[in-house]
Amino acid sequence: MSIKLDEPLELVQSPETIIVPETPVAEESQTARTKPSALKSPTLWLTCAPLIMILGWALFPTFFTGFDPISGVPAQKFQGPGAEHWFGTDHLGRDVFARVVHGTSQTLLTAGLAVTIGLVVGTGLGLLAATAGRAADAVTMRLIDVLLAVPGFLISLIIVTAFAPGPISLGVGVGIASIASFARVVRSEVLRVRSLDYVEAAFMNGGTYWSVVFNHILPNSCGPVLALLAVDLGVAILAISGLGFLGFGSPPPTPEWGLLIAEGRQYLASAWWLTTLPGVVIVAVVILLAGLGRQLHKIFRF
Amino acid sequence: MSSIAQTPKLLNIRGLDITYGTGTEAVSATRNINLELAAGEIVALVGESGSGKSTLSKAIIGLLPEVARIGGGRIELAGEDLLQYTEKQLQALRGRRIGMVPQDPGASLDPVKTIESQVAEVFRLHPQGAKRSKKQLRTEVIRLLNLVGIDRPEQRLTQYPHELSGGLKQRVLIAIAFALEPDLLIADEPTSALDVTVQQTILEVFTRLAREMGTAVIFVTHDLAVATDIADRIVVMQHGRIKEDRPVREILQNPHDPYTRMLLTEAAPTEGTADDSLATASELIPAIEVLGLHKVYGNGKTEHTAVDSVSFAVRPGTTFSLVGESGSGKSTTARIIMRLLDPTAGTVKIHGTDITTVRGAAKRELWRSLQLVYQNPDSALDPRYSVSRIISEPLENYKVGSKSERKTRVSELLDAVNLPSRLAELGSKELSGGQRQRVAIARALALGAKTLVLDEALSALDVLTQAQILTLLEDLQITQGLSYLFISHDLHVVERFSHDVGVMHQGRLVETGSAAQVFENPTSQYTQQLLDSNPGTLLRELALS
Amino acid sequence: MAAYIAKRIGQALLVIWLAYTLVFLAVQLLPNDPVTIFLSADAAADPATIAAMKAQYGYDQPLLTQYFNQLIGLFQGDFGYSLASGQPVSERIGAVVGSTLVLASSSFITAVLFAVLLVAAATLARQSWLKRLIVNLPPLFAAIPVFWLGLVLLQVLSIQLGVMSLFPDGSFAAIGVPVLVLAIHVSAPIAQVLLKSVDNVNAQPFVDVLRAKGASPSWIFFRHTLKNAAAPAMTISGITVGTLLAGSVITETVFARSGLGQVVLQAVTAQDVALVQGLVLLTATAFVVVNLVVDLLYPLLDPRILKSGTHGAPRALAA
Repeated sequence: MSIKLDEPLELVQSPETIIVPETPVAEESQTARTKPSALKSPTLWLTCAPLIMILGWALFPTFFTGFDPISGVPAQKFQGPGAEHWFGTDHLGRDVFARVVHGTSQTLLTAGLAVTIGLVVGTGLGLLAATAGRAADAVTMRLIDVLLAVPGFLISLIIVTAFAPGPISLGVGVGIASIASFARVVRSEVLRVRSLDYVEAAFMNGGTYWSVVFNHILPNSCGPVLALLAVDLGVAILAISGLGFLGFGSPPPTPEWGLLIAEGRQYLASAWWLTTLPGVVIVAVVILLAGLGRQLHKIFRF
Repeated sequence: MSSIAQTPKLLNIRGLDITYGTGTEAVSATRNINLELAAGEIVALVGESGSGKSTLSKAIIGLLPEVARIGGGRIELAGEDLLQYTEKQLQALRGRRIGMVPQDPGASLDPVKTIESQVAEVFRLHPQGAKRSKKQLRTEVIRLLNLVGIDRPEQRLTQYPHELSGGLKQRVLIAIAFALEPDLLIADEPTSALDVTVQQTILEVFTRLAREMGTAVIFVTHDLAVATDIADRIVVMQHGRIKEDRPVREILQNPHDPYTRMLLTEAAPTEGTADDSLATASELIPAIEVLGLHKVYGNGKTEHTAVDSVSFAVRPGTTFSLVGESGSGKSTTARIIMRLLDPTAGTVKIHGTDITTVRGAAKRELWRSLQLVYQNPDSALDPRYSVSRIISEPLENYKVGSKSERKTRVSELLDAVNLPSRLAELGSKELSGGQRQRVAIARALALGAKTLVLDEALSALDVLTQAQILTLLEDLQITQGLSYLFISHDLHVVERFSHDVGVMHQGRLVETGSAAQVFENPTSQYTQQLLDSNPGTLLRELALS
Repeated sequence: MAAYIAKRIGQALLVIWLAYTLVFLAVQLLPNDPVTIFLSADAAADPATIAAMKAQYGYDQPLLTQYFNQLIGLFQGDFGYSLASGQPVSERIGAVVGSTLVLASSSFITAVLFAVLLVAAATLARQSWLKRLIVNLPPLFAAIPVFWLGLVLLQVLSIQLGVMSLFPDGSFAAIGVPVLVLAIHVSAPIAQVLLKSVDNVNAQPFVDVLRAKGASPSWIFFRHTLKNAAAPAMTISGITVGTLLAGSVITETVFARSGLGQVVLQAVTAQDVALVQGLVLLTATAFVVVNLVVDLLYPLLDPRILKSGTHGAPRALAA
């Protein structure tokens, strides 16, 4: 007897009663439809477009503003936001928007350094904890507990105190602080995926340890890590601007987002835009990154 | 029929349409449903997943998910249209006049509240008359727990759900549902998560209470055998429509709808169809031979023997089924045979070779001839892989053939499992459950394995899909001379499919023999109990007559 | 129960010891010892002064001796000495910590209440637009820099509206506004975790059973969901100790309040590694103690924790 899937019981039943019991039920077919179109989702592009513009600020600042971020026109000091100076001017007559745009690369580089440290060391620790046996897991998890117990803020402070304040000290400090969250996410994701049947099946189909790790475990556990990467970049920007505000980042006159706000603080009474507008940029970037993280999580969730 | 027509209708559903989602995304869940229920009547709503039976039952109690839209129709309870009720009115109704017994007792009680507070809660939610004191409530709870046959009810009061077995939890949930003697009870697959022996006692308690209190019941199930055992009337649903709605005996003896007929064919008791012409070949080397297998977990106080001196052999070209309830050790045995677990003692021979301790390259070599098919086809395939990549993965790993030869092999295999070749480039996520299980079987056969371990390989599938996969497995056995070790809790499927059967209970193999022998003349008490609990008494009765 | 408590206390001590060891090692890995770093800005410091100061604070002793002396000191409540002032770290901090504790603890309580309120509103809101709006508040709060929010509020409240002074004057606004700023920041992660946890709980079948019993949404939320969903939120609350400290330092700076913030800034400016080291150990200890309390509270919420003995299950949930 032979059976064909699409007309499974045709041989025993009259044609009009052919049933297709394997027709996906409503929910199933819907997920099948939304998966490939996730990349075309307008929300994703609405999130990405401004972030790409911010990246543009960092790479080609002069393309976005014609003003010099360092030397101002004293005659034009303390001008409010307007058509010419979008974010107004500061006490030296420098264009605040230009300083925000030119400060992007500094802030992003420092945050990028931090996230890279967190990602590389955290992924290593997480993989170690999840795959190298119970003893390694216990030791790594305690280490992560310690990293959690010492606030990232203080880790940064130790480094800033021992070395000179500056972007590299900040990046390293904030990066060390973000190791714990990466390690935990990588560990739990790898543990989750590793326990799935298809990973065991891959071994039974002749896969070696490394081929299974690279072909099945890592690709299927990268979603939450990618999501964390985006979110953590935002967290790092916040931490760095906070430390910059306290004066532990680049020294003036370098335009850095936190420092810009700190400088504007002295003119709180007369020039609100000096503190408010650069802050709005920070909030927007961090929110967009968090949104990107959420959407990456959705897209890569299997 | 006539007696039902005369009694006043308790529930009257007219022209009910329910869709999920809106606009172009809308999917119809039920279409033009007409259903009547008299007081005290027990009706079974039978259908496969996606047939709309759960949607319908949720609509009656007003608990449809937010994405569901009621397009039209009426749901009348004692003459009043529940669709016109406000949420407040529905809250007053639920638990008091309409109750529910859920599917999964394990997750259906609040894990952080005591049994007492959860049973008493229903009285607090519906304080009819004077407010009851704590003591009165406690007396009432104890009475209810006694009613559903829970031993030592006083002790249970302060216990938490995790301290109770699945069967006890379901009894507590039944106590809650019957607490206020509702007119109507919705039972949504209330025993499908339970072992067969537990299922039977739960069904007994449930039907006894319903009869005593005169409660009408809508019993939602995918299992026609269970439905025929307890219901007065059976309603068959498919694709959101009611296909047939008639009293049990009538439907059994003379099903009108072809779909009902198919369900009945699958549920009806079958003589073992497995061809036993190979029985004479018993002198051949067994495909799988297990001798004195032990598996002990933990040590000292926590020691627990999962598998206890188990020995059996799978004759080549035949199917050996290991039957047992959850926790009987059957899956552990299968995993030891697959070399996924180390046994504490005993030997495993595959095609005559002792593989008990093989590792490394020898283990890889073992898996060329011995493969496993998992219970859940959803998690058995990498969601990122296409069908052809899944099937060719073992070929690539063992470096079998050239690229084009592998491609040919993949299409051969797709053909062998009756999957159209157009599915080859689809992602595994885009397939249905049955199709995925076919892909998993194709992958298992890719390297030419002659022996398959099927670990509950059918239990995640719908009845008719099960039947198709079963037929496929039987065909493959004949054409390719495969041997199967079939792990299952489903006696019905085992009876149809196996040559030999082993019954496991608490880690021990309590009975082995040919399928006919075990099912007709069981020697152990446990097997007898298992067979007695097997639902479908009426079906068997009618089949005999 | 006793075994559970003993295990948790053991783990807590282990983490403190590990934190101490790591910080000690990190200080040794610095290119110079704390005294040299401290005096590096001081042109007048000759080798003799450095040596004398090293001897005074015990930095001339063998490393192992230093390690054990400091470790023993740690368990006696001695967190070392500030190089800049010569005072014990505990004294230096003790003098100002009161004001920071008031700020941090009021902010924490406000944050938790705020988070619960927010999640309750989001869960019980009937209108879907309102629900969506509330759900999006925590991510917004998480994205707002504390110092910026403080400055904007100062700008509006004291300069535009004149309802509060720029400097602390003992009025309610002078403490209320900083508490609010810090609370908004701290409530974000708590609310986010609680929201997710409540969603997970509400998807469980037992909630359907409760609805079928006739329970109203608010009955279900306050009597069942909240208790079931609390563990991950408590875990994250415990972890916010670090955020609270950093936030307090920044808030104090913005609102010109005295407290730990000043000490921190002075320590960094003076390159007083010993003082920072003491601060780190003190914070780590506070963190471990708070989280120990959280761990000990879990069994009161969920009877399953003692039974299963699964290590750190609730913490895993929060991750």
